[in-house]
Amino acid sequence: MIISNTQTIPGKTIVDFHGVVSGSTVRAKHIGRDIMAGLKNLVGGELKGYTELLEESRQEALRRMILQAEDRGANAVVNVRFATSSVAQGAAELFAYGSAVTVE
Amino acid sequence: MEIILQVAVPAVLFVATYFSGRAMEARHDRLLSAGEDRNEDMIVMTIEDYPSEWQVERVNVVIGSVVVSHDYYRRVVGVLRKVVGGRLKVYEPLLARARREALLRMMNNARAQGFHHVVNVRLETARLANSRRDGTGTAGVEVVAYGTALELAA
Repeated sequence: MIISNTQTIPGKTIVDFHGVVSGSTVRAKHIGRDIMAGLKNLVGGELKGYTELLEESRQEALRRMILQAEDRGANAVVNVRFATSSVAQGAAELFAYGSAVTVE
Repeated sequence: MEIILQVAVPAVLFVATYFSGRAMEARHDRLLSAGEDRNEDMIVMTIEDYPSEWQVERVNVVIGSVVVSHDYYRRVVGVLRKVVGGRLKVYEPLLARARREALLRMMNNARAQGFHHVVNVRLETARLANSRRDGTGTAGVEVVAYGTALELAA
């Protein structure tokens, strides 16, 4: 599966379209991580536990998007976008979407 | 006793995080500059088009992200500043460093996969909600940098 956030896959031609594919996951912060992050929140700087959590979640969202593209018989996803939104206290949604295509 | 706790603890935190924040900022600046120097040969563009003579062999999406939060001192100053409005100067450096960090991580990820060119780079900022309903608890800002990495024919 070839993934890009450009309109086409450089060096290849799009021969078929399979519509919009997306993947998302909602994750809540782990209580232990939240306590640590609460301390870090006083000192400021990077909240490493959260960075890792969101990083893992984004990979999961991407993976789900790719599975959907595979189901539709695509071999590439172009114009991929990411979005993060706070849906509730202590929870975030990671969302990835793009256009599934067949390239040659 | 209670008065001491209510006044002294915030006062100590205020002063301590002013200095620790400054020290961390200086250290992070050095680390960022060193990282950016190591990636000097990396070509990163926000435009999608690339020179037509580039022969692209392989592409992949590369991502870099970071979650940051302000320290106690900056948050207090920010709250006070909001009374009169205007430029919240204390909030600016952290966001600037977070963007540099996200871009740097994206470049490092690209390099780890053997790429030296990244096009169509996007930077996004998302606020993470407070972890408790009353508006207290941890809140942070996430910065994500992503783009399409290209491997060119030798």
